[in-house]
Amino acid sequence: MVACVEIRAAGKTYASPRGPVTALEDVTLAIAEGEFVSLLGPSGCGKSTLLKCIAGLEAPSAGTIGVRGTPLAGPPQGLGMVFQRDVLLDWRTILDNVLITAEFQGKPKAALAERARALLDRFGLGDFQDRHPWELSGGMRQRAAICRALLCEPEILLMDEPFGALDAMTRDDLNVELTRIWQAARRTVVFVTHSIAEAVYLSDRVAMMSKGPGRIVEVVAIDLPRPRPLSIRETPEFGRHVAHIRGLFAALGIVKE
Amino acid sequence: MTGLWSGSSGLRGTVGVLVGVLVLWEAAVWLLAPAPIILPPPSRIWIEFLDAPRYFLRHAWFTLSTTLAGFALSVVLGVGLAVAIVNSRFLERIIYTLLVSLNSLPKVALAPLFVIWMGTGVEPKIAIAVMLAIFSIVVDTVLGLRSVDPDAIALARVNHASPLKILVKIRFPNALPSLFVGMKVAISFALVGAIVGEFVAGSAGLGFVILVAQGQFDTPRVFVALVLLGILGTLLFYLVEAVERLTLPWHVSQRAVADRDGHG
Repeated sequence: MVACVEIRAAGKTYASPRGPVTALEDVTLAIAEGEFVSLLGPSGCGKSTLLKCIAGLEAPSAGTIGVRGTPLAGPPQGLGMVFQRDVLLDWRTILDNVLITAEFQGKPKAALAERARALLDRFGLGDFQDRHPWELSGGMRQRAAICRALLCEPEILLMDEPFGALDAMTRDDLNVELTRIWQAARRTVVFVTHSIAEAVYLSDRVAMMSKGPGRIVEVVAIDLPRPRPLSIRETPEFGRHVAHIRGLFAALGIVKE
Repeated sequence: MTGLWSGSSGLRGTVGVLVGVLVLWEAAVWLLAPAPIILPPPSRIWIEFLDAPRYFLRHAWFTLSTTLAGFALSVVLGVGLAVAIVNSRFLERIIYTLLVSLNSLPKVALAPLFVIWMGTGVEPKIAIAVMLAIFSIVVDTVLGLRSVDPDAIALARVNHASPLKILVKIRFPNALPSLFVGMKVAISFALVGAIVGEFVAGSAGLGFVILVAQGQFDTPRVFVALVLLGILGTLLFYLVEAVERLTLPWHVSQRAVADRDGHG
């Protein structure tokens, strides 16, 4: 069986004024169809770089990345992307911001407007579709950004610390909503985060990364049952996973105990 | 922005100060009685205008249309050049360097050359207006086209947007606020350019009126032309600002104005 995303011995080296900087080294990871994988690590461990390489926005300087058996040359088809900042365009209404995905892809806007409205409804933004981004809170804006990524039904969803800038309660809300839509559609998701609890709550597998140079040190399978209510975070199993990951990071000297 | 258009209180203040200055001026001329050729009183200037309003308005109209033509041409050419500069390193080096060296030349010194090339009609005046106005348009538009969130470009690329779509849907709207900053500077420069052109050669426009009146030591007439120029310049500036408000209700600067007016 062909993996959905297959990363083989990928490396990324940047030229900088102070000589070459290795952001990624020898990363190998296969992500199955419909799997939710988190890239977890401290800042500067290259997790965002790895995500940009999977998105085809940057080319790895070593190794290969394939999507459904085809080596990448630029962004693959059927990709949705969510960034840490919502990147909503101030001059467009929320609905038009969601529809920009269709405009970029050259798909008929009218046909997708209905789907856009339905998505906004599902994320509690139905009454805000004609507002402008600056009229919405940070959490609502990020919800709109997720709707935008989902509009054209991407097969792979890449999320780069999407909830990193939100307060803890909004973050919880969005974690629940994300698992809910993932549960319903079972798309492949690659999720970048530096929160161990968030990674454990959301993921099927967590790829732990360390920095200097960025590499994957361990891949941990999270066998918690689904659907996962928020209260699963208080269970001993959940705690065991978090402790296990924290222990591994500590043993590697990445976090202090 | 405390402009003429940002509420009646701002307008009242401006008018009040203006009336005060005129009254002081009139009183000073009455008291000190300088030679009429040095400083006529405002009442004399007003009478001078009423004497031949059609004459002044005709020349003001000529200057206005020259200015608007020069301004419009600068916006079209300037935005085009800015797009070219942003899209090609090669063009950036060539056009940008040329523009900077052109801008460092005193345009007044170039004006006679344009008269030689284009004659004494409206064309050299428009050309000089463009030369003065285009620089700020190009510089500000380039800045606006460049200062785009890299993530917005990444988003477009992930969705396979063509470079044209990225330009039209992201870069250009993003550059509009800077373009308006450039246009507000450019509209005044276009007016200066039109007057410079009329000074050098021509038989119409407020610059021509000033030149002729100066030859006849007709100071009141010079003042009428100056006042009309001041009114033209002010109206043109606020015209651009009004268009900006209609075009960019979404921009932070406009929202700040709306908030303040709402609370004030």
